[in-house]
Amino acid sequence: MALATTRNAVPLPIAAVPVMEADEFRRDVLAAIDAGGRLLLLIGLPGNGHATRLLAAIADDARGEILVASAVVADAYPALTPDCPAAHHFEREIREQYGIEPQGHPWLKPVRFPPGGPAIGDAEFFSVSGAEIHEVAVGPVHAGVIEPGHFRFNCHGERVIHLEISLGYQHRGLERALRGGPDRRSLYLAETIAGDTTAGHATAYCQLLEGLAGSECSPRANALRAAAIELERIANHIGDLGALAGDVGFLPVASYCGRLRGDVLNLTAELCGSRLGRGWIRPGGVSRDMSSETRRELRQRLAAAERDMRNAVDLLWKSSSTRSRFENTAVLTREAAADLGAVGPAARASGIDLDARRDFPAAVYRDRRPTVAVGETGDVFARAQQRWREIENSVAFLTQVLEDPGEGPAVSAIGPLAANALVLSLVEAWRGEIVHLAATDAAGRFSHYKIVDPSFRNWFALGFAMRGQPIMDFPLCNKSFNLSYCGHDL
Amino acid sequence: MFKTLLARARQGYRTAGFPAEEPVLPPLFRGRPELDPTKCTDGCRQCVDACPTGALRIAEDGLELDIGRCIFCEECVAACPQGAITFTRDWRLAASRRADLLLTNGDRPEIDALRRELRRLLGRSLRLRQISAGGCNGCEVEVNALGNVVFDGSRFGIDFVASPRHADGILVTGPVTTNMKQALMTTYEAVAEPKLVIAAGACAISGGLYRGHAEACDGIEGLLPVDLYIPGCPPHPVTILDGLLRLLGRV
Repeated sequence: MALATTRNAVPLPIAAVPVMEADEFRRDVLAAIDAGGRLLLLIGLPGNGHATRLLAAIADDARGEILVASAVVADAYPALTPDCPAAHHFEREIREQYGIEPQGHPWLKPVRFPPGGPAIGDAEFFSVSGAEIHEVAVGPVHAGVIEPGHFRFNCHGERVIHLEISLGYQHRGLERALRGGPDRRSLYLAETIAGDTTAGHATAYCQLLEGLAGSECSPRANALRAAAIELERIANHIGDLGALAGDVGFLPVASYCGRLRGDVLNLTAELCGSRLGRGWIRPGGVSRDMSSETRRELRQRLAAAERDMRNAVDLLWKSSSTRSRFENTAVLTREAAADLGAVGPAARASGIDLDARRDFPAAVYRDRRPTVAVGETGDVFARAQQRWREIENSVAFLTQVLEDPGEGPAVSAIGPLAANALVLSLVEAWRGEIVHLAATDAAGRFSHYKIVDPSFRNWFALGFAMRGQPIMDFPLCNKSFNLSYCGHDL
Repeated sequence: MFKTLLARARQGYRTAGFPAEEPVLPPLFRGRPELDPTKCTDGCRQCVDACPTGALRIAEDGLELDIGRCIFCEECVAACPQGAITFTRDWRLAASRRADLLLTNGDRPEIDALRRELRRLLGRSLRLRQISAGGCNGCEVEVNALGNVVFDGSRFGIDFVASPRHADGILVTGPVTTNMKQALMTTYEAVAEPKLVIAAGACAISGGLYRGHAEACDGIEGLLPVDLYIPGCPPHPVTILDGLLRLLGRV
């Protein structure tokens, strides 16, 4: 049976999605991945009665197409993970949410510990035994102003053999609350999927609605949305570069970058009233237009911020002691990144040439493409440099967009949502590719809503990169990924 | 070394003038809302129905906005045909009492400075253990901003510490998920008496957008005695700093 094909934010009638036998589903999905496809998501949809409908989406990055297949299963099905490691976290989630057994999955641990299941942390952990092996457990409450998560390091002396990351502490029922919508809460819930990615997730949500409604934003609204997304990227990347400097004790750079991050957040606040971009992105466009005077001023302030950022970050590259801490630390190989399905700057720093802005272009990115930087070595240095190159590219791209943002209203009304449809919305936010999926019922309301934050795919990659590393490098390695707990836990 | 010094000169002095001077806030900043009861006479409820968090209600004495639930989205402003609700640029939102967050007019919530005895005990420092309990990391971003050179909380002795044993109190963000409840309580218990509890953001105060969710506890109300409420979604760093300084009797 052929897989159904769609594109970013283009709805598909649910009836067009093939329903296969579990064995056929497994075979066809794996075949699509063997043919160069990339697993975008593998999820469950509530089926009739006892049954659950598994749904897989595979990205054909070269063509910008998304292949979709499904299978109805009852209690168990043959797991994909043994042949497709990128499926491992999705299959753990399926088992947790639907009680279905992906047979042959090596490690079916809970993902978020939702109510009704085992208490948080009540699970089996990896254990290593032998002489001089010891375990270090950290969290959920960490040392800084950081979200909660539990980390267990199995160490031999200082060296980490394996790091196990157990999350779920931030689980607040977000996807469940989106079902039955859209309603007055939906947009604001989308903004709080991950607060530091407000623009990214709000855009993914709005793009999904617009796709279902068959509505288009004006070219100008699309350009202004790109401003929100790129400013968010710049602010977070420069903040993380400062934090990396802080983690190796290079405090001047940490201070400068901390200030500069705030400057970029303040630019966002100048444009929408909120430093995190709350209330900026709306279904059908953005909350307000930008005058030519504001755009000119924004360009100037961005150029000034870039000069100061370059000045600060140059110190990092030129300090040999910093380089010696960054280089060859916590390498994520290209193979591991690809196998685990890593995305975003963390994957690009390992040589994976993926960027949804180019591969699945929507909105302004259809006409104008930012340069995509790709690294090679996959170490902390590569991830740090990746952030800086993405800042440079974003500033150049944004400057160009602001010069000529096109015409049209800031916000246009969107029509009713397609009924009995399925849609996927992809946005390349600062941490990487965000995927939102919605299925609608006969009335055009969300019968299902699924969010895949880039962190969901990258957490395991962080654990992988820590193998063989001295435990003291964990904060540095962690910061070079800077993944979201709330985006994962939902 | 020379390049580092040169960069230092270039980056300049960046600490904000606040609180000695008025804070620099963007023109579109959404601060303390004001209600004009004279304009809300027919009780049309359009604002109530538009509010995503149920922060508005028509009480016996008229319209009431709970800024402990408010996410400052201005849906109510757009919905009100009479223009009875406006968001001012006033950053002073924090309050000592939960009831003070229920606004019915143009009044500003108040903070009672700590007792002199407690202030003497704290000396010139306030060390807090931040506990993130199920939010979206937005409040954490703004709390973290107090550590940068612009807001620079350490000018006033305000610092966030790693261990609850080193802390004078806790600052909680997030709606307190079921999965974080025990960790929150254990951390609180680990702080030596006397200790402060600060709830930052709509989630910690009331559950915010997640109020009523089975996966969370509607904030810390009823779990811990709260000394300071800092509304916002998330609160601006100036709002947080202002709240802490007024609590310490420093503003």
